[in-house]
This record gives sequence, C-alpha cells and structure tokens, in this order.
Amino acid sequence: MKQLIKLDINNQVYEVPVSPKDLLVDIIRKKVGLTGTKKGCGQGDCGACTVLIDGAPVLSCITLAIACQGKKISTIEGLADEQGNLHPVQQAFVDYGAVQCGFCTPGMILSAKALLDRIPRPGELEIKRAISGNICRCTGYKKIVEAIGAAAAKISTGGVE
Amino acid sequence: MERNYTQVGRSVPRVDGPAKVKGEAIYTDDMVLPRLAYGKIKRSPYAHALIKKIDCSKALAMPGVLAAITGDEAPIKWGIVPQAANEVALAVGKVRFWGEGVAAVAAIDEETAEAALDLIEVEYDPLPVLLDPFEAMAKAKDIRIHEDAPENILHAGDQLFGDPDKAFEDCTYILEKEFHTSYVNHAFLEPHTALASYEPQSGQLQLWSSTQVPHYLHRQLSNVLEMPMNKIRVTVPAVGGGFGGKGEASSADFCAALLSRKIGRPVRVTYERSEVFATNKGRHPCHMKLKIGLDKEGYIQAVDFDNTMDGGAYSGWGMVVMFYTASMIHLPYKVPNARARVRRVYTNKPTCGAMRGLGGVQPRYAMECMLDEMAEMMGISPYELKMKNAVESGYRSVSNLHVPHTEYKKCLQTAVEKSGYLEKHGKLPFGKGIGLAGGYYISGTAYTLYQSYKPHTTVLIRVDTEGGVTVHCAAADIGQGSNTVIAQMAAEALGVRFEDVHVVSGDTELGTFDLGSFASRVTYASGAAIKEAAKQINDKLFEVAAGMLSCRADQLEVKDGRFYSHYEPKKTIEWEKVVDVYTNAVGTLTGIGHFSPPRLKGIDLSRNVRVQGANIGHSPTFGFSCQIWEVDVDLETGKIRVDKVTEAGDCGQAVNPMSVDGQVDGSIMFAMGQALYEEMKLDGEGKMINPSLHDYKVPTAMELPQISTTIVDSYDPTAPFGVKESGEGPVQPTIPAITNAIYDAIGVRFTELPITPEKVLKALKEKKEQAKG
Repeated sequence: MKQLIKLDINNQVYEVPVSPKDLLVDIIRKKVGLTGTKKGCGQGDCGACTVLIDGAPVLSCITLAIACQGKKISTIEGLADEQGNLHPVQQAFVDYGAVQCGFCTPGMILSAKALLDRIPRPGELEIKRAISGNICRCTGYKKIVEAIGAAAAKISTGGVE
Repeated sequence: MERNYTQVGRSVPRVDGPAKVKGEAIYTDDMVLPRLAYGKIKRSPYAHALIKKIDCSKALAMPGVLAAITGDEAPIKWGIVPQAANEVALAVGKVRFWGEGVAAVAAIDEETAEAALDLIEVEYDPLPVLLDPFEAMAKAKDIRIHEDAPENILHAGDQLFGDPDKAFEDCTYILEKEFHTSYVNHAFLEPHTALASYEPQSGQLQLWSSTQVPHYLHRQLSNVLEMPMNKIRVTVPAVGGGFGGKGEASSADFCAALLSRKIGRPVRVTYERSEVFATNKGRHPCHMKLKIGLDKEGYIQAVDFDNTMDGGAYSGWGMVVMFYTASMIHLPYKVPNARARVRRVYTNKPTCGAMRGLGGVQPRYAMECMLDEMAEMMGISPYELKMKNAVESGYRSVSNLHVPHTEYKKCLQTAVEKSGYLEKHGKLPFGKGIGLAGGYYISGTAYTLYQSYKPHTTVLIRVDTEGGVTVHCAAADIGQGSNTVIAQMAAEALGVRFEDVHVVSGDTELGTFDLGSFASRVTYASGAAIKEAAKQINDKLFEVAAGMLSCRADQLEVKDGRFYSHYEPKKTIEWEKVVDVYTNAVGTLTGIGHFSPPRLKGIDLSRNVRVQGANIGHSPTFGFSCQIWEVDVDLETGKIRVDKVTEAGDCGQAVNPMSVDGQVDGSIMFAMGQALYEEMKLDGEGKMINPSLHDYKVPTAMELPQISTTIVDSYDPTAPFGVKESGEGPVQPTIPAITNAIYDAIGVRFTELPITPEKVLKALKEKKEQAKG
C-alpha cells in the first residue's frame, strides 16, 4: 500500500505517495522529477546516485524513501545559490576539465561538497578517500581531485560559505 | 603551414560543462513523454539452449501490461558489419549466451513490466556450452553455435608481407612467446537506454538512444523494422560514456522501437547494470603467439603473429577488430617482413566487440613486452631499441600503411627524460621497477562498414544575424567533448570566437551526416568538413567586406571577429557588420563541407589492386605516444602499487589541450584497470558470476597514481588544423608499460592479464623455488 509522505528536498517539502519498498533514487527521479541524481548500477556500487542527507553523502539507490522523512535531502539541483551561481565545487569542475560524460558528476560533486563542509582544507588522500565510492570511467580522477583541491582553496580564501 | 591559431589550441571549458555540474544535462533515461510506457527484457538463464516454447499469455493478462514481443516478430538479422550480421532483436529458436534476450514487455510502469517478465514462460532444451575458443574449434563437429559457421569460426585471415621465414634465418636475436589477454567490459557509467516514439498516423519513429553511432543505429533500425530510413529519426541526448560499448545497436534500441510500434505510444527500455555486462561487446580475449627477429644491430627484420580471438556468441565488430590486430603489428616500428594469422572464434559467452583502442591493445601488449625482453637479450636499453626501430614521418609500411607525420621519437625522448628512466631502469631495489612502452592508433578512419563511397562526415554551417554561427553536424558527443572542439575548429575557420558558435549535433534529422564516434575519427573528419564549409562562407563574406572596405577580397583575412586587409591593417571591419550587410541583401548564408578519407592507398578494383586485410587500419594519419610506469610491488601481499606515470603524446595540434589531458588521464586509468584488476568471470555453465560494479573491479580514485602528461609539439601538415587523435592512442602503451615495470621490479615477465596479487605471489614463490634449485 502506498502512503503519502513528506520529503524535504533542497529546502522544498514535497508530498509524495510511496510504497515501503520504494527507493529514494526512484522517488527523486520519477516522482519529484529531479533527474540530476543518476542511477548507474542500482546496487550501491558506483556512487552516481549520491545525495546528501543531513549533510552526509548517501547512496540513494539503496536507501528507502520512507526512511528519509524528517531529514534534509540535498540533490545536485540544490547546490547552486538562489541567483543561479554555481557552488565553488561545481565551478571548479567546469574550469578544471573535471567533467567528461557527466554521469558521475552530480554524485561526485556532492561527495566533494560533503567533504569540504567537514574538512575545509583536505589533503590529497582525504579527497581521494571522500570520492572513492564514486566511480568515474572517463577522467581517470586526476582533474576531479585537482578541481576539489582548487575549490577548497577558493572557499577558504574567498570566504564563500 | 598556418599555425597562428587563436581558437584551436585554446584550453576551454566544455560547452556542456555547466549543465552537467548542475544535473541539468538530459540523458535518455531522464526523459518523459506523454503516455510513456516502460519496457523490460526477459533474459536467458542458459548460455546455449534451444528455445522450445515461449508463452506470454499470463504476462499479457496482467493488469497494466500493454504488449509482449518475442524474437519471431523481428527475425531480420542485424550487425554493425553487414557481411557478418547475425544478431536479432530477441533470440529466435536458440540462445547462444547467458543473458540473451528472449522476450520483452511494455507496461504502464517499471514495476509492472518487471513483474510481467516473471510470468513469461520459456521452455529451453539446454545444449552443451563452449566457453574456450580452442575447445570451440576442436568440438565444432559436435557442437555448432551458428549453423553457417561449421568450424565455430566467424572469420579467419592470413596476411603475408615480404618473406618473414627467410628473414628469421638471418636474424641474430629471435624471441617467440605467447600472451593471453582478459575478458573486460567498458563499464561506462550510464547503462544503455533507448526511448522510442512511434506515431501510427504518420508512420514516423523517433528514437532517443545512448549511442555512439546514430547513423549505423538508424540503418539497423531501418533493416530490422522494415521501415525506410526517412521515416526514422535517431536523436542522441547526453550520453554517459561509451568507450565502444555503444558503438553498435543494442537490443534496448530494437525492443523499445518494436514495442512502441506495437502499442502506438512511447516506450523506454533502460538496462540494469547486469544487462550491460550480459550484453557486453567489450574487449576480445586474445591468445597470441608472437615471434620477433632482430638483426645483430637490433633492427627488426621479421614479425610473425598468430592470434586466436575469443569472440563470444555473435559477430559484432569482431571481423574488424580481428583485422585490426593483424594490421597493428606494422607500426610504430619499421617491420620489413611480417605475417599475421588471425581467427575470431565463436563461444557461448556474451559477445565481444569494440572497446577503446580496439584491436591495438592486445598486440601492443605482446610486442612492447617482447621488445623490452629483446633489448635485455642484446644488453641495451629498451629505449635505445625502440628509438632505433621507431617510424619517421613519411614512412610507408610493407602493408601499405602510410604515416604522413609522426613525432613518435619525440614522445619516447620526452617521457624518458621527464621520468629519469635511464637512471632508474635496472637500478631500483628489488620490488620497485620502471617500465617503458610505446603505442599508436589510427585517426580519421578509412572505410564505411557497409559498401559505400559516400563522404563520412558532412557539416553545414549557417551564418545569419539571428543565430550568428550554427554548425549542423551529426557527431555524437559521448563525453569525449566533440561538441566543444567542433565549435573551436569552426570558430577558427570563420575567424570568430568559439563561445559564439552553436553546435547542433547527434541527430539524424536536424544534423547532417556522420558515421559516428568510433575509431578516433570525429575531430579529424569534422575538422576537414568544417574547413571546406567555412571556406564557402568566408569567400562570400570576403566579397561583401571588400566592398565595404574598398579593397580586394583576396587581400582580406578574418580573425578575432574582424575582417582586415593584410596589406593595410587599418582597413578593418567587424564580422557582425559584414554578416548584417550580407543577410540584408541575400539572406541566410550557408556553407557545406564533406570529408571522405583518401582511398588511393587501398583497394582499387579498376586496376585489380587488392590490399591484404581489406585496408583496415589505413587511416589518413596516426597518433603516437609513450608511457613510463613506476611500480612498487608488495612482496608480502603481491599487491602492485603504481607510484607514477609519465606520458608524452603526439596528438598533432591539440584543439583543446585541457580536453586532450583529460583523454590521456582517462585512458591511463582505463587501461590500468585491464592490466591489474578487471575481468569478467563465467562459471562452468557460462553464467557470469560478477555482473556488477561490486564484483567487477574498476579503478577508483584510491588507485590514482601521480600522472604527468606532455602534449608533444606536433602538427600534421596533411591534417585539418594539424590534428590527430587523443582518445584511443593513449590506452595502447599502458598494459605493456606496467608489465615491463613489474619485470624491472621483481624479474618476472607476466604474459597473462590481469596481473593480480595472486599471480604475483605465485610467481614470486616459483622464482624462489627455482633459485633454491
């Protein structure tokens, strides 16, 4: 049986009918219509479906939607500010060539953002660890690691929140 | 040669970057159409079985199920190589690999479609399973996978150039070895997806697909659905990687189209990750014997290559890949005598096909490792041996491959100097090692896959006051960045800024014509067509500008958005003003350019000249590179840690250097996966036991070594804007460079992939026992 639940996604509250076995990724993509969250494996292996729940990266393809009531969910669509300016991590991904096919990009950026919220000036190993659950098959990770480092430097020197 | 570029050679962010970082790029599975239905494919649990009966009645009776189809409804065979087309949308009468589709359903939602699959009843009569190509050939009398292949062989080829047997007699150094490569998948992140919308009133079908080859898909759909091509439109939304795996049609494409036509509403089929593995089309495992002979100075005199390729169940790109492996032994070293005996064998495995650097990676592995060993036989550095034999600009191989331009030696030199190879090689402590390998790849491609003389790429450029510059092409940007470099090349040719160029691509109706994104052909082919189209536009605008500036048209140049006379630089006018005058007087201005690769080097039936190997590999130019890997082997666990990779590549003129770096970094990590970690595993019955990204191990960021890449200064004067390839060449040296580094570290030459910790420990143990005597 489906039941109506409330999900707080990117500071908007959505009322959605879900069954107890519905996965968060499917609700976000199909019911709410935020297709920036990607599904690459459906088994929690690739990280493309990463969203932030209360600020921590979570694999939405192995998370039940019903378990996310009362929590703050952030998807890639919620990252730019209200004027549409890109988050420094997003901007760095563009500027440093850290995007190729783009399918891992939303999850990768959210993992990176969670890291920088926790550790503002991470070392290279901390960056690699933070994205080790996000598979990228195009870039070889090098420019992604560089972009995250550059974003960290920019945030801490530029005072961007 | 003009090299004073302002738009080509600029490191610019990709045009699709902002949309992708915001999650706004639209991939096929993100799309929804009114009345969208969801398709799912039922797959065989057997690797080889006759289908006795398929009963869809219970599934069709389920509420929410709209249609079901089986192979009998679309029995026309398809395949990227028409001479060998033997796949069907869904199995007809027999399944030949685990996971082959046998039926498909469309339903109002995915859950219903999935539930309906369980209600489809299929009766099988299992057949003996062949999983090894040698066994498949040996048992062909008793077990035949395809009726028309009595030896279980798709195709075999023998090529002989010069007299290798005689040449070997005079060689001072001869080495002969066997190599075995592994069964690997592309593991692109976006599973195959197709969305079909058939409109019964007009009989028009539109298919959105995550494909690299909209044109070849278009043709296949036309054949299988028995619809004229002009009633089908293929559109490529954002594509989440391909690496060759989306270089032919998939059953998702056919099933979506067939189901949509059946129910008159849009249907989407999106694969699960397990289906991506089941339908594979990844790299061919090759069982190779290679013999190389050198004279006393170390010059290669003869190469003898024998390759048995495990092709899996269907033909796919197999024949092309097979001839590429034969062709690839002729470069990047001068080989005066060569023989190749190659065969591509059917087995009951998910089919192998095209994968990044197809046909090059396997023979490159064997050849670069053996030259490393032969340098040791001679007592010289592998660098010296490779420099000695490296090809130079203008070289023509005995197989008639023509290299108009190469900086291969500069690649070798640069990587050696930057890595300190000569100071380190053979001198590091046990467990640490450094290895060198070179490589090359085709660029621009030579032939269409079906018999045709038409141009491979057409570009139409439209200029007017409304849109500025719009480039209509049909290239497929699968993540490699073709839309960005196409804009840069068009901007360069027209003298405007790349930011002001719009690119319409990936659509068989809105675009013009393009064969697709494969064989590292898009930058070269598009560049050539762009130059031709832009010339027509410039010629017309020069006349108008000349009138406006009171000078002669042939004195004018256009650069940085201005026309100016090169005799009187003061005579200058903005590009927009000239376009405004032209548009007011005449209307929209268009130019059209075509690219056809030169054919003279190849078959000429009029003179009865046939080149062995059907000219596969005879591309207009070639990219080259060298990689040097430094590894640290953990002697306790057998684990190989890569410390550093130093790469130097000749990609001709880099159009977007940042993008080239990205291709090279990506290639390095991609091929490292095959060298050290990745392998699809089947059980004795042919069922894949690791069809997931959990059990199929691709490199993560934790495996990222220090990577130093150099774009070697290069310009091919025969190529448009001097360009070559950068997306497939850089995968070639990786596997042998790692393998040579491991030898330098522990004194073991591995000839089988992947080089896992288990294999390392076993080899170390054997080495110890041998030392004890």
